[in-house]
Amino acid sequence: MARRDGVITLSTEPRKLTFEIFRYNPEDPQSAPHTDTFELDETPFMTLYIALNQIRETFDPGLQFDFACRSAICGSCGMMVNGRPALACRTLTGDLPENIQLYPLPAFKLVGDLSVDTGTWFREMSERTEAWIHERQPFDEGATEERMSDELADAIYENDRCIECGCCVASCGVANLDDAFLAGAGLNRVARFMLDPRDTRSDADWFDIVAGEQGVFGCLGMMACADVCPKELPLLDVYAYLRRKTLGARFVSEDDKKT
Amino acid sequence: MSGRLVTTDVLVIGGGLAGERCAIEAAAAGHDTLILSLVPPRRSHSCAAQGGMQAALASCAKAEGDSPLVHFLDTVRGSDWGADQEVANIFAKEAIVAVRELAHYGVPWTRVKGGKNHYFIKGDEVEIDEALENDGLITHRDFGGTAKWRACYAAAGTGHAALYAVDSEVVRLGITVRDRTEAVALVHDGSRCLGAVVRCLRTGSHFVVLAKATVIATGGYGRIYGQYTSNATINEGMGASIALDTGVVPLGNMEAVQFHPTTLVPSGILVTEGCRGDGGYLLDNNLERFMVKAEPEKQELASRDVVSRHMVQAIRDGTGVDSPYGPHLWLDIRHLGEEHLRTKLLEVWDICRDFVGRNPAEELIPVRPTQHYSMGGVRVNKDGQAYGLAGLFAVGEAACWDMHGFNRLGGNSLSETIVTGRLVGRRVAEFADGITLSADTSIGFDALAAAERRAEDWLTRTGNSRSIYDLRDAMGDIMMHKVGIFRNGEELAEAVEELGQLLDESDSAVLRCKDPGVNPELAFALRLKGMLRLAMTVAKGALARTESRGAHFRSDYPLRNDRDWLNRTLVRWGLDDGEPEFTYEPTGLIDLPPGYRGYGADERIEMTESLDDHNARVVDEQRRHGRLETTEDMGSRLDRDAWRAVTG
Repeated sequence: MARRDGVITLSTEPRKLTFEIFRYNPEDPQSAPHTDTFELDETPFMTLYIALNQIRETFDPGLQFDFACRSAICGSCGMMVNGRPALACRTLTGDLPENIQLYPLPAFKLVGDLSVDTGTWFREMSERTEAWIHERQPFDEGATEERMSDELADAIYENDRCIECGCCVASCGVANLDDAFLAGAGLNRVARFMLDPRDTRSDADWFDIVAGEQGVFGCLGMMACADVCPKELPLLDVYAYLRRKTLGARFVSEDDKKT
Repeated sequence: MSGRLVTTDVLVIGGGLAGERCAIEAAAAGHDTLILSLVPPRRSHSCAAQGGMQAALASCAKAEGDSPLVHFLDTVRGSDWGADQEVANIFAKEAIVAVRELAHYGVPWTRVKGGKNHYFIKGDEVEIDEALENDGLITHRDFGGTAKWRACYAAAGTGHAALYAVDSEVVRLGITVRDRTEAVALVHDGSRCLGAVVRCLRTGSHFVVLAKATVIATGGYGRIYGQYTSNATINEGMGASIALDTGVVPLGNMEAVQFHPTTLVPSGILVTEGCRGDGGYLLDNNLERFMVKAEPEKQELASRDVVSRHMVQAIRDGTGVDSPYGPHLWLDIRHLGEEHLRTKLLEVWDICRDFVGRNPAEELIPVRPTQHYSMGGVRVNKDGQAYGLAGLFAVGEAACWDMHGFNRLGGNSLSETIVTGRLVGRRVAEFADGITLSADTSIGFDALAAAERRAEDWLTRTGNSRSIYDLRDAMGDIMMHKVGIFRNGEELAEAVEELGQLLDESDSAVLRCKDPGVNPELAFALRLKGMLRLAMTVAKGALARTESRGAHFRSDYPLRNDRDWLNRTLVRWGLDDGEPEFTYEPTGLIDLPPGYRGYGADERIEMTESLDDHNARVVDEQRRHGRLETTEDMGSRLDRDAWRAVTG
């Protein structure tokens, strides 16, 4: 198998891969949740994108799954791969055992088979956290841009890199029980705007969003989110930052009441 | 989906950067606006744009002296004089505002660091002092075909950062987005567009949207090249296809197809031009920089069409690197260093790790040219209004506006999305202000019934046939091998013949999946004929165009021919018409006279008509070809002769 040894070579003995895939089509009254099994010969650099398309085109044209960019940037193809949320497009079969189980991400509404509705979850999260810049002034077409240090731009970009694939949400015990828990992606989004000086919201403004059971203090700290994040976002740092900011805001607002 | 009829003021088909920015403008003007998107909008292919967005802010040392005028000149030269020069000029000026607006929306643009900076330029490491007074402004990186450093960027995730910022404005404005929906036909009466028929990709049901104004923002048609494309799986050209189906809206310059020099082998995933902009090299099998000899002046940073041709030539000359996936070349960015690669080119680092298991700080990256961008699309006037059908607009890659002509410069399309989104959005809002929604729904319901019949026909057809995926793969092979980087009359004629056979086959192909609901096989089948029809317009357009211009290269007609072909291809082909109808309109008012691009070939067949004579006929001829009237007169935004101050 061609692997990460720096040279592209063809394998001499391809493995036979067995895929066990969750099936359910909610639009079909005849359909009931079950799994189907498919076998494929492994090819060099085979990803789950390649494998699933082969399965659909060769064996089962009704199989539902989502891919768009197939380069790990659009976030469409999150699914449970051998029990772990992952982006299917960048998962090389060579990194998996011969038996591969594929299930849809939990915590999201099922569209069919491996396809889930992440769009609705993320839109609601964005609305609830008002995930846009709350700016000081309307845009002035004639003005030069507000200055920012490159270090700060890099720091914001670091949090901005989330691709909303939903892997962190699916891996989160709390998010699986509470639809409204912000989970890794939501908390990271909040931190991204908190960090951005172009957003005028104060820590106190953020308090209600971040401090409750559905914010950072609802997190049980198991940190599966950080383990599964395909973009390796520094979620541990994000939560520490949010807790620090939130506690600070709390003390400030208590002090305000006293005076 | 409950209702079979939805009404809105403005319907935007496509939730990428161009569509969303356009929707923002319409919604901000008070119009009820609905966005349809195949995927949640943040998953649109705009998110995959990596290296940069061109705008002449001139904030770093290597951008000194840059201006919209220089940007305009680069764009026209890049287009090989195929661009509409007035449009290129509007674009270059407005790109500055559009990029700054994105900063206002929150894009974390990479900034100028005042003081000493290290860069790689043409193979040498250089130290450049950035002026302290520029510290903190949006900075630039180098890209191909530009006189100055001009690409604004956020690491190698520029499209992602821009799309997320623009979509956050869409959320803020409360614009309705219906993801997992697909427009399958336009509703029109032959002179006005009334909306679209839509298929829901959750349930498989159809509904009709009636709108005062309809905007096509569905991106490019790269997937007609099958697997030989850097494009996402969703870039199947369906916006252009449903416009073509009307028979009244022409597509422009469909044969103008860009091949990006550096896509990863074997997957075809894009590796940004920013790699070469930041100082990366191309190497052959002897680890030699063949581009230095081929293009001494611009080297790896000639325009994409030129670099791609040199790469394929190197492979044909036997200096490619053999691999089980065919020959390729190397991209070398090792010397840029791990720190640079893991910050400013982070996405490239990730892609190399994830898809070829390589560390680009230590190892070479296998690359070769692959289909990347569609310069052609729905032909529109400078307001974004489609030819021939009032109330239909198009923006971004789906449109032929036409600032790219026969070759787009890297980073220009990302700025085009937001520039046209802003500008056309305003025109859309003005158009919607002036009319009322028709109370007659019969045309809409007729179109709905026709779309349902097409789906039903696929499901009821029986017998044996090749699978629709085989037909798709056959189309991709024909397009890449016979309508690719080097074209000739013989192969193009074969391509036309073979695509015709595939079209016939697609009419009798049989589905294997009859499941209720979205049925992924049916969803693709409903696109297949449209894709084949687009492929046919590309192949026939390429066969007819007996010259070489930009990305359209004919080995049998290697010269650019400004005497006979300084024009734009238009093609009309109603769904029930027999053959596509090709006509040719002038490219537009010419300010910068045709000449040498500064890279590539310097030989051409000169224009014989005087510029004055040419320009005198443009307005009337374009009107005869279907151009609808523009809000401002044609030519009003051309800064005539301004280029003389720069080029002398």
